[in-house]
Amino acid sequence: MGPLIPNNLIPLEWNSIIAILIGIVFGFVLEASGFSSSRKLAGVFYGYDFAVLKVFFTAAVVSVIGLYYMDYLGYLDITQLYVHPTYLWGAIIGGAIMGVGFVAGGFCPGTSLCAVAIGKLDAWVYVGGILLGIFMFSELFNFIEPIYDGYFLGNITLMDTFSWNPYWFIFIFSIIAIVAFAFSDFVQKKIKKVFY
Amino acid sequence: MKIDKQTNSHTYWNPYFGGFILGIIIIFTFYITGRGLGASGAMKSSVVTLVDTVAPSHAEHNAYYSTFISEDDSPMNTWLVYEALGVLIGAFISGGLSGRIRWRVQHSPKISSKRRLVFALLGGVLFGLGAQIARGCTSGAALSGMAVLSTGGFVTMLAIFGTAYATAYFFRKNWI
Repeated sequence: MGPLIPNNLIPLEWNSIIAILIGIVFGFVLEASGFSSSRKLAGVFYGYDFAVLKVFFTAAVVSVIGLYYMDYLGYLDITQLYVHPTYLWGAIIGGAIMGVGFVAGGFCPGTSLCAVAIGKLDAWVYVGGILLGIFMFSELFNFIEPIYDGYFLGNITLMDTFSWNPYWFIFIFSIIAIVAFAFSDFVQKKIKKVFY
Repeated sequence: MKIDKQTNSHTYWNPYFGGFILGIIIIFTFYITGRGLGASGAMKSSVVTLVDTVAPSHAEHNAYYSTFISEDDSPMNTWLVYEALGVLIGAFISGGLSGRIRWRVQHSPKISSKRRLVFALLGGVLFGLGAQIARGCTSGAALSGMAVLSTGGFVTMLAIFGTAYATAYFFRKNWI
């Protein structure tokens, strides 16, 4: 029963090799979906290209359905998976800063790596900016630490926060995704095309 | 012929197909490793390594760097660094197959490449800063978090896209 490496069903030595292989597929899919182009990515914020919304939302729905289905069938123990911890204000403030960075720079870290790989110089500068941002964070760590370590709610899921039934939530989440896709196509038709 | 190739190089996968495959990779990653994907983690490791090499005593005394430094292992020897190397290789293969590899600065015809680079640097700094405060970026916190229905993952996702939409108006000249 999965996850395989934490349960010692695959030796730990394979971890790094698997990491590279997963990374290759991840990078291939992002690049092939057009995520190495900042102008395509930024389209989601101006309504001329909704690829980000479609790829991102589809991936979220597919992965959450798949993981819960594998748990249901007994191939995977979902309680053993790492749940991203919730530091409430860290998530909100950090997310807000990232949002401005996204629309100003046109990339997020993963997509900028794809653009670096195919020679986009703006992405090279962007990655330089990320390194600088991380450096600034580390140097100012004592000042930022109250937000970084504060408001810790644990490694919680939406089930813990709202005591929802996960299956109903996933069903409604999928419906929201489909409505969002239909709405985005509707908006895209109304917006003046941008060629890039 | 040349025009044909140019149109082709901007033909990307159907977004639903790309999203589906991406979802499958996330499932596979959780199934094998018990954790999700990431991108900014590798960049953090790079900064830690760089500072630790240039100014070791400074890194040791800093409360943030020191959590990632150990005596007998390099901070680069982490899962996310290998994964990021894979991303570079995978994107290079995909770009190569579609003829998209060349040195260039991509920007709207309405702005200069200098302006594009200035905003790219600014955006990178903000994203790097924000990703550390939120303990993850769009891949690690939002996408992988949402796959296991993490509350923090959803909050981060809403904060990123909410703020981006709210401030998009001020950056519109760069894109449209």
